Amino acid sequence: MAITRRSVIALPVLAAMPVRAFAAEPVKIGYIEALTGNAAAAGQSIKQAAELATEIINNPHPELAPLTLATKTGGLTNLGGAKVEIAWADNQGSPAVAQSDALRLITQDHVVALTGAYQSSCTLTSSAVAERYGIPYLAGESAAANLTERGYKWFFRTTPYGPDFARLYLDFLAAVAKTGMATSKIAVVHENTDYGTSVADSMVQTAAARGIKVAQRIAYNANGTDVSPQVLELKNGKPDVVIFISYTSDSILYLKTMKTLGFRPPIVIGDDSGFSDPSFVKSVGPIAQGALNRSAFVPGKPDSLTYKINALFKKKTGRDMDDTTARSMQGFLVLCDAINRAGSTKPEAIRDALVKTDLPASALMINYKGVKFNAQGQNTLAYSLMIQLQGDRYVPVWPTEAASAKLELPFKGWS
Amino acid sequence: MILLQLITDGLLLGAVYALFSSGLTLIWGMMNVINFAHGDFVMLAMYVAFFAFTLLKLGPAVFVPLAAIVLFGFGVLVYAGLVRYVMRGPMLAQIISTFGLALVMQYTALWVFSANFVSLPNTLVGGVYDVGGIRVSAARLLAGATALALTLGMHLLLTRTDLGSRMLAVSEDRVAAALVGIRPDPMQALAWGLGAASTGVAGALIALFFYVSPGVGDAFTLIAFVTVCLGGFGSVPGALLAGLAIGVIESLSAYWLGPAIKDIAVYGLFVAVLWVRPQGLLGRA
Repeated sequence: MAITRRSVIALPVLAAMPVRAFAAEPVKIGYIEALTGNAAAAGQSIKQAAELATEIINNPHPELAPLTLATKTGGLTNLGGAKVEIAWADNQGSPAVAQSDALRLITQDHVVALTGAYQSSCTLTSSAVAERYGIPYLAGESAAANLTERGYKWFFRTTPYGPDFARLYLDFLAAVAKTGMATSKIAVVHENTDYGTSVADSMVQTAAARGIKVAQRIAYNANGTDVSPQVLELKNGKPDVVIFISYTSDSILYLKTMKTLGFRPPIVIGDDSGFSDPSFVKSVGPIAQGALNRSAFVPGKPDSLTYKINALFKKKTGRDMDDTTARSMQGFLVLCDAINRAGSTKPEAIRDALVKTDLPASALMINYKGVKFNAQGQNTLAYSLMIQLQGDRYVPVWPTEAASAKLELPFKGWS
Repeated sequence: MILLQLITDGLLLGAVYALFSSGLTLIWGMMNVINFAHGDFVMLAMYVAFFAFTLLKLGPAVFVPLAAIVLFGFGVLVYAGLVRYVMRGPMLAQIISTFGLALVMQYTALWVFSANFVSLPNTLVGGVYDVGGIRVSAARLLAGATALALTLGMHLLLTRTDLGSRMLAVSEDRVAAALVGIRPDPMQALAWGLGAASTGVAGALIALFFYVSPGVGDAFTLIAFVTVCLGGFGSVPGALLAGLAIGVIESLSAYWLGPAIKDIAVYGLFVAVLWVRPQGLLGRA
C-alpha cells in the first residue's frame, strides 16, 4: 500500500522529467497463442500483428495519432517511457497446454498481464489460471459467449462475441429477405469446441427470440479427415442459408466437398475464423465466390487509421491485415493502453484502468464503435460488418452505408 | 440414393485410409518398428507434390513417382541414420526416437514451409463423375484405384518374390536369416524405403484433394495405426479391408449419429473386433 501511494505521488515528478533520463524496466506481457498445430497459420499472423503493435508502442509514431500509444517519444509515457515486451507461449491449439502456459508465464516469467488466444477453448483454460492468481487477462479474438459469463473479476474482452454476430447475421438476412430472396431456412454447421458450440448457441437463441427456428444444426470435429456426410445432410435439407462456424482446415474441406457433391446453397456465410484465413482464400477462393463473412476491419480510405495500419502490416508481412489479426492487435493495444493509464504494473491498478477504459472509435485501428467494458468485462461497443468474397479478396457489402461493393447473390461458388 | 452416396464416399475415403496405411503396414506390421513419424512422411510427400507443381510445373503423372522416389530415399536414410541404432535398444527407445523424428519433421516443415495451409488447384485432376446421381470426384477415384493397385503389388512382392521372402525372413528372425546368408541390414533398409515410397505415393495423391500443412499428418496418423491393427499386423490385404471398413462406418455413422461423435462407432467397433479377433481381421494368430 505504502509503495502504491508513494508511486502515485512520484508520478507527476516522473512525468515532468525527460523521459529517457533513466532506463525504465520493460513491461512484460504474456501472450498465449497457437503458434504451432492446426491453428498455427492464424497464430503466426497474430504474432506478427502483436510485433507490429509493440513496434508502434515502443518507438515514436506521431504520424499515427490519434491512435492510442502512438506517441512522439515511444514507450509507455506514464511509466517513464518503459518499453513493452511480449513473453510468447505456444499453446499448440490445446486447452491443456494453454493452461500450463498461463501458469508458467505468471509464476516464472512474472508477466503483469496476459492476452490471447485465437481458440476460445484455450482462452477458457488459461484465463481461469489468471483469475486464480489475480492477473488481468484481455482476450482480443476469442468469440465464445461463455467466456464473459463466468463472473470473472480479471477477464476482459474487446472483440465482438457470439450474440453480436448472431444479431449481425439475422439483420443482414432480414435485409436480404426484403429483396425477395428466401432466407428463412437456416442451417448452422459448427465445430464442436467452445468457439463453434457457443456461437451456434447464440445463433439459435437469437433466432428463436425473433421467431425463427434454425432448421438444421450440425456439430462436427474440426480435426476430421472427411466432411462428406455433413455436406450430404445439408444437401438433403435444402437450406436457404448455411452458416459455417469453422476453423481453417475444415473450411477448406467443406468448400472442396461441396463442389464434389454439387451442393450450392443460395447464401453461404462463414463466421470469420477459417473463412478469413488468407490460406482459405488462396486454396479455395476460386470455388468460394460470393461467400459472405463478417469483419471488424476494413482498410477504408487512405487517410484513415485502419488504412495506415494495414499499410504498415502489409509492409512487414506482404499480406493485408484481416479481421482476426486486427482484432488481436486492437486487444493488445487496449491492454497496453490500460497499463499506461494505470501508470503502474500492479495487477490491481491495471484492472482498475481496464474497468475505466473508454476509448472513442477515433483512437482505434479497427472499425469498432469504441471500447468500453460492461460488468462482465465484455466490450459493449464492438462492431462488425458483412463482407463478401469477390475475386481474390473480401469487400464490404453490408450495411449499405459502409459498403464499397455491390452485394452479389446467390452464392456462385465455382461457376 | 443418399445411402448409396454415403457408401461410395465411405469406400473412397476408406481407400485413402488404406493407401495411407500401406507404408505403415510394411514398417510396423513387418519390421515391428512403431513409426510415429508416419503421418509426417505423408506430409513430406504432400509438400513434394505441392512444390513440384508450383515451382516446376510438373503434373501428377510426374510428381507422384517423384514423391515415391524422394520418400524412398528418405526412408532408407531414416533407417540407416536412426532406426538401425535404436532397434538394438529397448522398445521404448524406438517409440521415443520416431516420435522425436515426427516432431523434428513437423517443426522443420513449420520453419521452412510456414504454418499456412496450401493446396493444389482443384482442376489438376479435375472433374466430378455423375453416375446415376452418385457423384464421384476423379481425384478420389484415382487415389482409390491406386490404393488397390499398390496393395496388390505389395502383397505380390511379399508373397510371390524371392526378395519378399527375404524381407519376411529378416522380420521373422534376424539372426536366423543372417545364418542362412541374408544380410539383414540391406533388407530392413529396403523395407523402410518401400514403406516410405508407398507413403510417398499416398501423400502425393491425397494432396490432389486435401489441404497441405505442416500438421496435416496428425489427422491421419491415428487412423493409420487403427487400420493396420484392425487389418492384422503384417497383412497387406487386411489393411485394405480394414481401411475400407473404417471409411464406410465413418461415413454412415457421421450421417446417422452426427459427425461430432462418429468416432464412437469407429473405435467402438475396433475394440469389439479386437475382442473377438485380437490378431485383426486377416492377421495370423
